[in-house]
Amino acid sequence: MNLRERVTGETLALAGLVLLLVLLPSLATAFFVNFVMTQTLILGLAAATIVFLARYGGMTSLAQLLMFGIAGFMFGNAALDGGARGLNLGWHPWAAVVFAIVVTTLVAFVLGAIASRTTGIYFLMLTLVYGVIGYFVFAQIVEISGPGGITSIQRPDLLGPPVRLYYAGLLLSVLAYVGFRAIRRTAFGLALQGVRDDPVRMASLGFNVPLHRALAFTLAGFAAGLAGLLNVWWNGQIDPASISIGPTLILLIIAVIGGISSLEGAWLGAFVYVLVFTYLRDLPLVDRIGITEARFNTVIGVIVLAIMVLSPEGLTGIARRLPVRTTRKELGGTRA
Amino acid sequence: MTPALTDAERGFQRSRVTRLRRPPVWVATVVVVAVAAWVLFLADGAPAGAAVDDPGKFLVTVLDGVTFAGLLFVAASGFTLIFGLMRTVNMAHGSLFLLAAYVAIRVQEAMVGRSRNIDPADVGLLDWLVPLLAGAGVAAVLGLAIQQVFLQWNEGQEMRQTLLTLAITVVLADQMLREFGGLAQRVVWPGAVTHFFSIMGERYAVTRLVMLGIAVLVGVLLWLWLNRTSVGMVIRAGVDDRQMVRGLGINIRRVFALTFLVGSFLAGVGGVLGASFAGAAPGTDGSWLLNALVVVIIGGLGSLKGAAAGSLLYGTVVAFSPAYLPSQYSYYAIIMTFGLLALVLAVRPYGLFGRPA
Repeated sequence: MNLRERVTGETLALAGLVLLLVLLPSLATAFFVNFVMTQTLILGLAAATIVFLARYGGMTSLAQLLMFGIAGFMFGNAALDGGARGLNLGWHPWAAVVFAIVVTTLVAFVLGAIASRTTGIYFLMLTLVYGVIGYFVFAQIVEISGPGGITSIQRPDLLGPPVRLYYAGLLLSVLAYVGFRAIRRTAFGLALQGVRDDPVRMASLGFNVPLHRALAFTLAGFAAGLAGLLNVWWNGQIDPASISIGPTLILLIIAVIGGISSLEGAWLGAFVYVLVFTYLRDLPLVDRIGITEARFNTVIGVIVLAIMVLSPEGLTGIARRLPVRTTRKELGGTRA
Repeated sequence: MTPALTDAERGFQRSRVTRLRRPPVWVATVVVVAVAAWVLFLADGAPAGAAVDDPGKFLVTVLDGVTFAGLLFVAASGFTLIFGLMRTVNMAHGSLFLLAAYVAIRVQEAMVGRSRNIDPADVGLLDWLVPLLAGAGVAAVLGLAIQQVFLQWNEGQEMRQTLLTLAITVVLADQMLREFGGLAQRVVWPGAVTHFFSIMGERYAVTRLVMLGIAVLVGVLLWLWLNRTSVGMVIRAGVDDRQMVRGLGINIRRVFALTFLVGSFLAGVGGVLGASFAGAAPGTDGSWLLNALVVVIIGGLGSLKGAAAGSLLYGTVVAFSPAYLPSQYSYYAIIMTFGLLALVLAVRPYGLFGRPA
């Protein structure tokens, strides 16, 4: 692939978008940057791990929010000292970062290994069970989650000002996007796509199918853990309810809104979600038809329902279909 | 494991893999034996004590396990029935469960004429049975509507259907919170069954046995329906080969609708039983979706036998882990559920009675 092939309209548009995002803090209000966009990047990064697994591994995972939460809890446990909540190990923040990521990655490997011989719907159900059991583990074992969550978590000094957190989110998002795209062309990525399309043939060619799945899951867990760290720094606290079944579904929904088979869609979905979440209550129309903030989940649910009825590939799928009017039936969605 | 591996390395890989196949079985056996030994003889510091020292507690725990398994079976059988025939993972199953519970609570309140602190003595048998049928009926109709509107036209697109039902779950949970509020409520058992009887020096609630009885009744009826009627025959044939059933001129759409109706009805029956047993609150839908999933993952999707076996195993683990874990570790009971899942999946990736979808 030479340089000319690389410079397509799509890559140019993405580069322009990244440039815009880099300049954003001097263009938009602090609220928009530090609240809306930072949250978008964090959730987008987490949702991108779902997309990565679904697109290249054929595995739709509902356990990514658990990884996200584990990293947050582990950081809180390791970094805080004193107080009654969590383990209070009182380590240096960056040691805590390493600890959180290592634990998350190990857990991801073990869970991935257990799930590695299942596929499709079965994998989805199993990872949903992971997510819910993980929630109960943190909800019941208060030694590692603090009664009612771990609060007043400080971020490392390097990321002190909120705008630096935004840049950290942007950097990690870009790295994850480029990284996930690059993996596609590596030997591992090619084998993984082979495993997605025909596991039996890959196994008979001598590839270790479960190992490929487990490693892909581990990698996704690692990236979701990074997003979880950003999240805990952004929030300053984490409690078990934030990884319960509702938020777990929301993360999948974010991936679905954007389109479960397009990496860019993860961040697009996160953006739509955060926009609806933030600005829905400000719309004048909304109060009159009985949608208040408490009914927010209904709105999100109906949006997803409509998207899934129109196109299983989400917003990017709809956008792609508009200009060309392809008549492909059975669009995606069933990569089992 | 890149294609660049030499043949020698590949041979090494393969031999290592075949050698690794066995250990899960060995590990599973060792774990099962160790757990049994712990429960029977050791179990120091556990709330219940070793089984040989305190057979009464042991028996009660077994009964707890079996009766809870009954409830699990009712909740999971509809789920597995729908999947077996249509390959649809109905994530809205938990929502139907909770909706039936709420409807039953409202109907019972209307029948008894009081809205809170209903005394079981005021509740006749009919005041419980009618809400049961009403709740399950509403769940069945809503389930059928979901199937007709959202699932009928995209048959075969498993992931799309799953995500559709997930979205429905989110909407239903939110709307039920709006309609029924956030407080825990319960269906009151009829006064005729709220006794205790004593067994080996322990008191035991009759209501739990009633629950088990209903579960057994449901199981037997389902088995008769599937194995002794012509509709059941079509459903079993459809599980094996949908195209062939269609080719034989059977209107499988109608069979699908019927199956969804029955499956949702079962979810509703489970919901009313569950609300009588443990109450209903926001979040019950999620935890019962989890329970149904655990049961079918252990037992194998689409198999009634698997649902029964999975319910028994899971119910046993749920009942035994708080009673036989040492007291200071009783918070870790949930990890036992996970251990059970890991163990079963390591030996049989598609569940005990399952087969690849």
